[in-house]
Amino acid sequence: MSSTRVLEISVGIFVAAGIAALLVLAVNVSNVTAFHSGDQYIVKASFDNISGLKVRSAVTIAGVTVGRVKAITVDPVSFEAVVDMAIDSKYNEIPVDSSAGIYTAGLLGEKYVGIEPGGAPDFLEQNSEIHLTQSSIVLEKLISQFLFSQSDSDKKDK
Amino acid sequence: MPATDDNLVEIRGMHFSRGLSKIFTGVDIDIPKGKITAIMGPSGTGKTTLLKLIGGQIKPQQGTIHFHGENIPAMRTRKLYAARKKMGMLFQSGALLTDMSVFDNIAFPLREHTRLPEVMIRDLVIMKLQAVGLRGARYLMPSELSGGMARRAALARAIALDPEMILYDEPFTGQDPISMGVLVQLIRSMNEALGLTSVIVSHDIQETMAIADKIYIISQGEVVGHGSPEEIDKSDSPWIKQFMHGEADGPVPFHYPALPYKEDLLAEY
Amino acid sequence: MFDWFAKVGKNAIDFFARFGREVLLFIQAVIGFATLIPRPGLVVQQLFSVGVRSMLIIIVSGFFVGMVLGLQGYNTLVDFGAEESLGVVVALSLVRELGPVVTALLYAGRAGSALTAEIGLMKATEQLSGLEMMAVNPVSRILSPRLLAGIISMPLLAAMFSAVGVFGGYLVGVDMLGVDSGAYWSQMQAKVDFNDDIVNGVIKSFAFGIVTTWIAVYEGYSCIPTSEGVSRATTRTVVYSALVVLGLDFLLTALMLD
Repeated sequence: MSSTRVLEISVGIFVAAGIAALLVLAVNVSNVTAFHSGDQYIVKASFDNISGLKVRSAVTIAGVTVGRVKAITVDPVSFEAVVDMAIDSKYNEIPVDSSAGIYTAGLLGEKYVGIEPGGAPDFLEQNSEIHLTQSSIVLEKLISQFLFSQSDSDKKDK
Repeated sequence: MPATDDNLVEIRGMHFSRGLSKIFTGVDIDIPKGKITAIMGPSGTGKTTLLKLIGGQIKPQQGTIHFHGENIPAMRTRKLYAARKKMGMLFQSGALLTDMSVFDNIAFPLREHTRLPEVMIRDLVIMKLQAVGLRGARYLMPSELSGGMARRAALARAIALDPEMILYDEPFTGQDPISMGVLVQLIRSMNEALGLTSVIVSHDIQETMAIADKIYIISQGEVVGHGSPEEIDKSDSPWIKQFMHGEADGPVPFHYPALPYKEDLLAEY
Repeated sequence: MFDWFAKVGKNAIDFFARFGREVLLFIQAVIGFATLIPRPGLVVQQLFSVGVRSMLIIIVSGFFVGMVLGLQGYNTLVDFGAEESLGVVVALSLVRELGPVVTALLYAGRAGSALTAEIGLMKATEQLSGLEMMAVNPVSRILSPRLLAGIISMPLLAAMFSAVGVFGGYLVGVDMLGVDSGAYWSQMQAKVDFNDDIVNGVIKSFAFGIVTTWIAVYEGYSCIPTSEGVSRATTRTVVYSALVVLGLDFLLTALMLD
């Protein structure tokens, strides 16, 4: 085998290995579903409080990720947070009366939007809105409520 | 524009300086067609710079360098490259490309500038190698060649495109007597057989005198004398005498410019 | 007083003059890419010396960096009971930062310095001058294929580094420390975004490929053609490449997080 041939083959292996590494990164390491960002539709939902939810947080149904948060804005009139969710068009039969809530994965985990499907015959479409929403649970509020109720009951005991 | 057709290269009133040091201050040189012209002078007088000026690698601050009646410093890149194809240059170190064999080195200009089929390139390379006596060494790498062989291989490369003129940069320096003899003979036979115009930059007096048709002696940025070897030999000029006879002191001083000796010794330290 | 201003002024002028020469050389080399189209062999040859020869050091380093990330990440995450997120930590660190940056630094040391020394020695032995006298443009014949090979190689090398690193982290986290294998991959896939993380990492390494090879080629081409000049140019290549890569990394990261 001539030396130029060895050189060509090793360069071929190099380039192939590099492309294979890129593919591994795309398929194994990342959620390559974001590849076809074309087939998605946007659903809006308003929340009183979204604390901790971020753009790109997951949107799930029954724990399965069906989309991602695309944008978060504040409605200038109602001062509610408007969350735009990009949902994979595979899941295009979500009833219109579904409810959305903001939950936490584990005690300290990431926030995500969970959708509870309703029972209406109509489905959510591009730019339609989910009306039933449950806001994020703010841990500090919860703890202070708990503490105050404790101190109240302490007083009663005395 | 210079009128004479006999000269391949005509340099007129050329000034060149690098930084603050003036290398040439108004030099006129004619290089006649088909002859061997030698440019001689002590080392450090810019002889190699002169070759680079002729090759258009650097530009003079003033004056003209006409090659085939066209001014090299004023040429656009494309034209300059076309002119360089008519020149071959033999570098002091050979300047062979170290990552390819002797064969590929000599084939290099042919592959770069012609669309000849590989079979024909092979024949041409073998012919050029035969001319310099290195046909058997074609598969060696440049690092495996001796200094004399490297210079011969470089000569084969310089004539690969059949140039009209070859510029030799110190072809004899650092060669043993045999390689020197070989080179002298090669230069002369190239000149006679191919009708090449040759420019030799050198300070080896005997060898140069033996083959040159015309000699220019340069010192301190100026041409101090020119003529045939005989004329140079008989010249009364103290410059030429000092150079030709290798005298240590003379118009070219032995001492680098300095304070008077006594003053320097007595100076406060 | 005026001396000081004069010094500052001179340095500024030198800096911009140097930068201007670098830009001009880069433009010439990029124009020279056109001459490579009929002769891809020249680029293949450089891909070998720039890419293939750097592959081993990149893969081995990537593996070790991944293992270290696995160990360090695990020890930090386990305090919060979040060791399931180890895959995310390893993959994001590698894909976003360490892959492109460490690869570029290793590349500057391995391939950049070699390029500078090679071109510098070609200059010192009059080979570049010789090319010019043979009417061959040394920029497009010598510099262009090297620059192109560097730009192609860097993203590939960085991808290899990250991919191998993710497996190194897996080996330590899952096989040695007992993180759940499914969690390692699924958390990673949930959190690593193709566009925001992988593509941005590739863009970074692409930019690093341009600047490190550009610096290497420029330093070699403009060095003082003596043995000392070449050795200095080689050192400068590594130092400047490292500084520029780290500075550029900050800039690109700031732009990408925006």
